[in-house]
Amino acid sequence: MENNSNFEIRKPPVATTGILGWCRQHLFSNWVNSFITLLVIYFLYQLIPWFLDWSVFSADFWTNYKGELIVDRTFCSRVADPEGDHGACWAIIIVRFYQFMYGFYPSEQVWRVNLTYFLLVVALLPLLIEKIPGRKHLIKFTIAFPIVAFILLYGGFGFQIIPTNKWGGLLVTLVLGVFGIAIAFPLGILLALGRRSQLPVISMFCTLFIEFIRGVPLITLLFFGMVMLPLFLPEGLNLDGLVRVLVAVTLFQAAYMAEVIRGGLQAIPRGQYEAAQSVGLSYWQMNRKIILPQAIRISIPSIVNTSIGLFKDTTLVIIIGLLDLLGIGRGALADATWMGLSNEVYVFVALVFFIFTFSMSRYSLYLEKKLKTGINMGAD
Amino acid sequence: MKKLLSIFAVLAFAFSANAGTLDDVKNRGFLKCGVTTGLIGFAAPDDAGNWAGFDVDVCRAVAAAIFGDSSKVEFTTTTGKSRFPTLASGEIDMLARNTTWTLSRDVNLGFEFVGVNYYDGQGFMIPSALGVDDATGLDGATVCIQTGTTTELNLADFFRANGIGYEALPIETNDEARENLFAGRCDVYTTDASGLSATRAQADDPDKWVVLPNIISKEPLGPLVRHGDHQWGDVVRWSLNTMIIAEELGVSSSNVDESKGSNIPEVLRLLGVEGGYGEMLELSNDFAYNIIKQVGNYSESFDRNIGPDTPLGIGRNLNALWTDGGILYAPPFR
Ligand SMILES: N[C@@H](CCC(=O)N[C@@H](CS)C(=O)NCC(=O)O)C(=O)O
Repeated sequence: MENNSNFEIRKPPVATTGILGWCRQHLFSNWVNSFITLLVIYFLYQLIPWFLDWSVFSADFWTNYKGELIVDRTFCSRVADPEGDHGACWAIIIVRFYQFMYGFYPSEQVWRVNLTYFLLVVALLPLLIEKIPGRKHLIKFTIAFPIVAFILLYGGFGFQIIPTNKWGGLLVTLVLGVFGIAIAFPLGILLALGRRSQLPVISMFCTLFIEFIRGVPLITLLFFGMVMLPLFLPEGLNLDGLVRVLVAVTLFQAAYMAEVIRGGLQAIPRGQYEAAQSVGLSYWQMNRKIILPQAIRISIPSIVNTSIGLFKDTTLVIIIGLLDLLGIGRGALADATWMGLSNEVYVFVALVFFIFTFSMSRYSLYLEKKLKTGINMGAD
Repeated sequence: MKKLLSIFAVLAFAFSANAGTLDDVKNRGFLKCGVTTGLIGFAAPDDAGNWAGFDVDVCRAVAAAIFGDSSKVEFTTTTGKSRFPTLASGEIDMLARNTTWTLSRDVNLGFEFVGVNYYDGQGFMIPSALGVDDATGLDGATVCIQTGTTTELNLADFFRANGIGYEALPIETNDEARENLFAGRCDVYTTDASGLSATRAQADDPDKWVVLPNIISKEPLGPLVRHGDHQWGDVVRWSLNTMIIAEELGVSSSNVDESKGSNIPEVLRLLGVEGGYGEMLELSNDFAYNIIKQVGNYSESFDRNIGPDTPLGIGRNLNALWTDGGILYAPPFR
């Protein structure tokens, strides 16, 4: 170390740094990898221009190739002129955009949905941006958000009541996804703690609950919520269909969440518990201040993973008669006005789902980076 | 899964109150009707979000009969599997979802079919490139089939009787079946012939698909209600019959007002000018007038939704009136 100055500091060889070096190391490190790289490039080269052409350059939006406004499928260039080189006919999405976003929500009240969407973003802000000014107050709003959203969307307190069978499209997908995930998370934590509890009654109940729910498919639970739940409720109490589905979805998600968090709890060394107890923390203090923050931190990838899974599983509600984003798409295709445009509908629905699930996974990466979950717990 | 669902259905039925549906509906102010998740011509929402279709019209007729307003319906979509538990649990008041009237559904599941609005039969659709012109030539084919349907059972019978093998690809909804067929994941789609016409109309190039001539079953499709509430069954039954009788008598939405001055006694009875037939059903005496005025008679509904001038282009065939060589026949309105 002392004679550092005797060495001339040389730059690393060009071929190992910069773009070139990166390519060499990651894409062409040996001939198998090089071959795979070339193959993938070839496919992308074939695919991307074709897809862009189909979805943008040769596609119809409001008007067809003759410049006419598209009001039904027969106006679509690819239907009117099958010989020609025409791409997607997005008019089906444009004309039915309202339905895709809100279902059959009455249009003079739709500002309530838009306001809810906006407030959702506000409620998410303190979770997304750590250094946002007034975070403490915003968090309070985030916690109150579900109630605000309920009143806005459903009605009451002077708002006209919009029964949930009028809801549809992205609205239903988001209500199930957001509420399902948000309610299941605290529930899952409680279940996970309960399952590890020293009290046999609590741990047995939690274990039974988790294993029962994980043992049946979501479809069965949905059916149960839809068809059986009303029979167990006292006479006269008629729970709304969407609420019943939401209960089923939340319980399902909570059971999975509980196991994910239990995995995180499992990874916390005994010493952490002992240390917490030795400074005199109570059970709840210990969990809240020492154990859970660490356990949740290591579970983030799995938490987001199950959440994304749930978000996509919400499409199963078609089976019990709710029209989510995909259901509205199916409806559009079953109308003789637009039939046959299934590629457009499925690509659009996939895109919307992708935007949400991809954002969720980006958020998880950001959290992981921020909390450095990758680092060995013992060492940090 | 199937077992479980029928247990659900039976249990739900055992628990649910099964009287007074008409009063429930009147108090609620709208009818709850179960339809498909989307089948061209039979049930689908239009651009403005209003449901339309041949099955939808049956629901609308019942709403018109009860409320004098065909828009007082709330539609619930059901799949082949979910339709029965949904009806049994009381989640819907009636089901109009191309459902075949069979003994076990009528008796064992505890439902009551109130009539037939479409006489159908099960057929097969294949890519014309397959070069098969008879279903017995389909040995070893992969067949797309909707779960929870009669077609699933008929298929097994047909192939067994003909001593040929097949591989079933079970599917939940019509639109999944369609996409699987068009993508080549199955060689054959089998379901009610009406459903095949609907599916074929959706192809980019319908000429690439053929519906084979074999019709392997009877599929009388009709609306159904829960067993045990006869008053309610009567209301739905006579709403459907009204549409058929109106066609027989030549009364349509366009001439229903003049027909009130007709000199044919049955027309006068039908439109409530004479006799108290509505009262017998605990409806208003002009219930049939409202159905015809707002929804139309059977042929109007047929032509509007699935007839020759629609993309489905289905002919009347079996569904022509008995006087025109079909088997559509309604008991007399008296
Ligand atoms: N008639 C048969 C089959 C009924 C059926 O499932 N039909 C299909 C195609 S014709 C359908 O309505 N699909 C619409 C959907 O999947 O919602 C039955 O009652 O079991």
